[in-house]
Amino acid sequence: MFAYVVRRLLATIPIMALVAVFVFMLLHMSPGDPAVVIAGDFASVAQVEEIRTQLGLNDPLHVQFLNWAAGLFRGDLGTSIYSGLPVSRLIGQRIEPTFMLTLTTMIIAITLAIPLGVIAAWKVGTWIDRAVMTVAVLGFSLPVFVLGYALILGGSVRLGWFPVQGYTSIFTSFPGFLRHITLPALTLGLVYMALIARMTRATMLEVLNEDYVRTAYAKGLPTRKVLIKHALKNAMVPISTTIGLGLALLIGGVVVTESVFAIPGLGRLTVDAVLRTDYPVIQGVILVFSLTYVLLNLLIDLTYVLFDPRIRY
Amino acid sequence: MTDRSHDRLQDPPLSARLTENAVAMADALRRNPTMLFGLVVLTVMALLAFGAPYFGLPEPMRQSPIDRLQDPSAAHWFGTDMYGRDLLSRVLHGGQISLVVGLSVAAMATSVGLVIGLVAGFNRRVDAIVMRFMDALMSIPSILLAIALVALWGSSVQNVIIALTIPEVPRVVRLVRSVVLMLRDQTFVQAAIACGTSTTRILFRHIMPNTIPPLIVQATYICAQAVIFEAYLSFVGAGTPPEIPSWGNIMAEGRMFFFQNFGIIMYPGIFLAITVFAINTFGDGLRDSLDPRMKRRI
Repeated sequence: MFAYVVRRLLATIPIMALVAVFVFMLLHMSPGDPAVVIAGDFASVAQVEEIRTQLGLNDPLHVQFLNWAAGLFRGDLGTSIYSGLPVSRLIGQRIEPTFMLTLTTMIIAITLAIPLGVIAAWKVGTWIDRAVMTVAVLGFSLPVFVLGYALILGGSVRLGWFPVQGYTSIFTSFPGFLRHITLPALTLGLVYMALIARMTRATMLEVLNEDYVRTAYAKGLPTRKVLIKHALKNAMVPISTTIGLGLALLIGGVVVTESVFAIPGLGRLTVDAVLRTDYPVIQGVILVFSLTYVLLNLLIDLTYVLFDPRIRY
Repeated sequence: MTDRSHDRLQDPPLSARLTENAVAMADALRRNPTMLFGLVVLTVMALLAFGAPYFGLPEPMRQSPIDRLQDPSAAHWFGTDMYGRDLLSRVLHGGQISLVVGLSVAAMATSVGLVIGLVAGFNRRVDAIVMRFMDALMSIPSILLAIALVALWGSSVQNVIIALTIPEVPRVVRLVRSVVLMLRDQTFVQAAIACGTSTTRILFRHIMPNTIPPLIVQATYICAQAVIFEAYLSFVGAGTPPEIPSWGNIMAEGRMFFFQNFGIIMYPGIFLAITVFAINTFGDGLRDSLDPRMKRRI
């Protein structure tokens, strides 16, 4: 197991290196002079020149890359063009709300989606199944911000149960945190829930056809036990894979949801950086999100052992 | 007998094959009402979007400050936005961009992915290099990548399409490659190799047709996702240029005024949701009728 973890961690290094090359090349693949693109339409020649020097764009490409990559190893993601602060510090300041939002969303989505998917598969073909699947497809079809604004209008403006926007750190006040996180997490949770519920239902349908499920029923086990201990446990591997792959979707949703609810997280940082073409910040955020995504998926691969004793690492 | 004439002897003429496919398609639609529903809704959406200039609605860009932020009325069915522009007209015209983006991204991602996947699946050396590259590309969350690309390239419909296509390509490559790997050792491919058929011919004539059914299903999901992602990109300010109405743009502009007139977000949102819902149901239906194993179960 330990050897496997080390091997997998080592295997992520070349992938992350390629991601880094890719993220670095993005700027140079853009048409025209990168310095001009970053400086914007209204910059003077001197400002463009300043950005060129600041980003080291006068050096040959490989020197630029090596300098930048060397910085990455020291945890130096560059300096924001707009604020002049180190990108790593900007990301550090913004990471907590994003982390908490993602975590809350995952908790809500997973605790709702798996039971719904199991019930839909159990009652396949009935109105319950159809209702769950309709909600699931709807969750896919609605852009998160439409739902977000609808929830603000209903839950905050009309009912006054929740604050309209903003964020309170969990370390400052737990009730305040809950009041602020509920609507954004529900908004984002619906999409993620839809994905997991669909996968749960599909896998459960497959598993429920297996001989060992019939055997379990035949030996007189109660339905609940068959569904959870025999069927769901066997369905968990593909479901966890979907949870992992769905994280990419979740990260995208976080960017939009944070804008809707004015949460000062990484998503807001990205959107602000896009509006100001603050390229080092965009690069830094992409790298951090990609690394998180890869590591979380590795973590999920490792959880397979919990569900399937045949899997040995 | 050359290889070419041999193939001709076996294949029915193109026209016969097309009719056969059309009949199969009509049959599938008849047996699968949800798929028919999706297709009908999509057709209506396309007619509304591309017919919008001929409905005698106000110009989607014509401003009329005195009428701004009006509620729905007989003159403006969906009300007006903050510049007094007719929302119904804007929402209908906006459908054009969303549909064009969705279809273009689906078509481009599947065709590029198909070629790369075919080659990677058949050539181990290419496979090793290409797949590492695809793994890296897949580690970057797609929306972030698309946002970064549009932010650098500038806002235009064309850039949005390319930026949304790039992150989808690796997923298509994986799908095609897995089918190729499965088929490579099957008897009919081995037989073709033994007959001395050229690699290109094996790939495009014998293997490619088998990748098409799963690919079409994948294309519908890519299309649905691209329609949503176009809205996300416009929403964060890295999408369709503001002077072109698109569902994403209209909603992005409306967010400042959603207290006064929620319709600016709601109407394009509903149209978008219906469209994506229809594409997804169509895709689900296609999957069920193209994959007999799934059909029996559901």
